[in-house]
This record gives sequence, structure tokens and C-alpha cells, in this order.
Amino acid sequence: MFRQFAIIIGCLALGEGIVWLTGVPVPSSILGLLLLTAGLQMGVIKEEWVGTLSDFLTHNMGFFFVPPGVALMLHLELIQREWLPITVAVLVSTLLVLLVTAWTHRAVCSLQQKLKDKKN
Amino acid sequence: MEYLHNEYFLMTLTFGSYFLARRLQAWTRWTWLNPILVSIAVLIIFLRVAGIDYEVYHQAGQKIDFWLRPAVVALGLPLYRQLKAIRRQLLPILLSQLAGCLTGIVSVVLIAQGLGASREVTLSLVPKSVTTPIAMEVTNTLGGIPSLTAAIVVLVGILGAVVGFKVMTIGHVRKPDSQGIGIGTAAHAVGTSAAIAHGEIEGVFSSLGLILNGILTAVLASTVVSWLLPQVG
Repeated sequence: MFRQFAIIIGCLALGEGIVWLTGVPVPSSILGLLLLTAGLQMGVIKEEWVGTLSDFLTHNMGFFFVPPGVALMLHLELIQREWLPITVAVLVSTLLVLLVTAWTHRAVCSLQQKLKDKKN
Repeated sequence: MEYLHNEYFLMTLTFGSYFLARRLQAWTRWTWLNPILVSIAVLIIFLRVAGIDYEVYHQAGQKIDFWLRPAVVALGLPLYRQLKAIRRQLLPILLSQLAGCLTGIVSVVLIAQGLGASREVTLSLVPKSVTTPIAMEVTNTLGGIPSLTAAIVVLVGILGAVVGFKVMTIGHVRKPDSQGIGIGTAAHAVGTSAAIAHGEIEGVFSSLGLILNGILTAVLASTVVSWLLPQVG
């Protein structure tokens, strides 16, 4: 278990180090994620060294969002004042992102498949 | 009632309300009774009734949301497990990410401005689809309100987790990889946890959406916003 914590928190610490050294506009958690994948791919890290903690964290990720959500109470007045633009913008834009991303992915996939089929 | 400010008490309340909210959802099977949403509502009502400031709760809460970043790092494992599937689809992944990222930023700014939202609020909505730590950094650079962004991000995530797969059905998207990438791009880690529950492929492509849209939004947001709202310069 200590190895699991050391590796996952270690990847995050490395990510923080990279951001601190280079000032890249990429969040440390994303860098840590990429470092973990790279380590696994290169065989420096074994899957069973991180599996238990990774599965626990990824399966319960929703819970960690509860405290930031409580910050809503700081802005109840602001939200009361601008609830219409906030609600409509967030709702419509989220639905658009869901569909545009999925449609684009599907379209490019099937285009690639067609090109491949023509070649054969 | 000084004891109500005790951080162990407030943490117990957070764990406890989430546990009970999950029980409630399992029992009612009503998707809108999302445990994250229910816990947030219960905690806000409790804090307001007991007259406890958010800053006091935050002392306890930050010990929990500290684990958000390690959880994002942990997504590196499912990503590694699916690297082969991803290599075969580099172009579809990159193009759909670019389309999703730009759609999200442009649509939220135009709609919010069109309906008369203040500048501060509009800027706070820009990174709504990316995971909290990234979103708060983006809002900070844009000049919005980071804690408003944090809360909106959570709500967007819940929205994506609850309606995501239904929207995919309505939009006739049946490929699990396309479904996953759409949900991760729109609804970050909360959507991804719903996608993981759906299946391994959905989960991995959702993680990809979370990662790539996180990076793209961090890199592109200020440029795109300065085109849409030129007075930012």
C-alpha cells in the first residue's frame, strides 16, 4: 500500500516539479497522469504496484467534488441575479460539447475506415 | 456551538451525507438524485442553518478535495491499459477534442453574453467542462471568480454524468468510444466516473476527453476569449 501511495503521489509531485521548473501552462495533475502512463508503458512501474489505489481513486472520484461544490453557497446572490444566462449557457453548451465531440469522433473514425477499405 | 466548527465533525458530515445519499439513490433508482448533488445541497443547508461560514467548512473540505489531483493522476492506469486502442485512433481523437473544446468555449461565451450575463460570470463559465483544478487556474488567468467556477464545474459534471448516455442515444451515437470521449470532454472527472461504471472502453475514452480537453482549454482559453470579448485584450 505504501508503494501505491508513493508512486501516485510521486507522479503528482514530479508534475508539480515540472510546472515549477518550466512554467508550462499544463496542470500538474495532467502531467502526473501522463508520467504514470509513461512509467507503466516503459515498464518502470508495474501495474500491480498502483492498481489497488488507482482503482479506488478513479471509482470514487465523484466524492472529491463535494467540497468544491459547497463553494456554491458563496455565490447564491450572484446566481439568483444571473440564473437565466448561467443556466441556459451551461445547459446548451454542455449538450453541444457532448454531441459535437461524439459526432466528430464517429465521423472521422468512419472516414478513416472507408479510406482503409478503398486501399484494400 | 463552537463544536460544529470542528473539522473532524465537518468531515464526518461530508462522508456521512455522501454515504447516505448513495444509499438513497440505490434505493430510489432515480438518476437525478445524484449523490454528489444531494451531499452538496445537504451540506449547504446545514452550514446556512448552523450559521457556519464557508471558510470554516473549507478547512475540513480541502482535506477531501486534496485527493482530486491524485485521482486525476490515477487515471493514468486505465489510459495505459488502452494505449493500443488509442494509437489506432489518433486523428479522430485529436480532431474531436479540438471541435469539442472550441464548441464549449465559444457557445458558453456567446449564450451567456447574449442573455446579459456580467463579464465576470461569463469568464467564470469558460472552463466549465474541465476538471476543477484546471478550471480554477483557467478562470484565474481570465479574470473570473475561481470559486464560482469550481461550483459550476461540479454541476456540469453531474449534468454530464446523469444525461450523458441518454443524450448519446438521442444523438444516435452507439459506438462506446465516441460516447466515452464526448462525456469526458463535456463532463470531466464526474462524467468519467459514470463512464467507468458503464464499461472499460467508455471509461478510457472519457479519461482521454478529460485529459485532452483539460490541456486544450488551458492552452486555448485566453486566446479564444480575447477574440470573443475583445476588450480583455
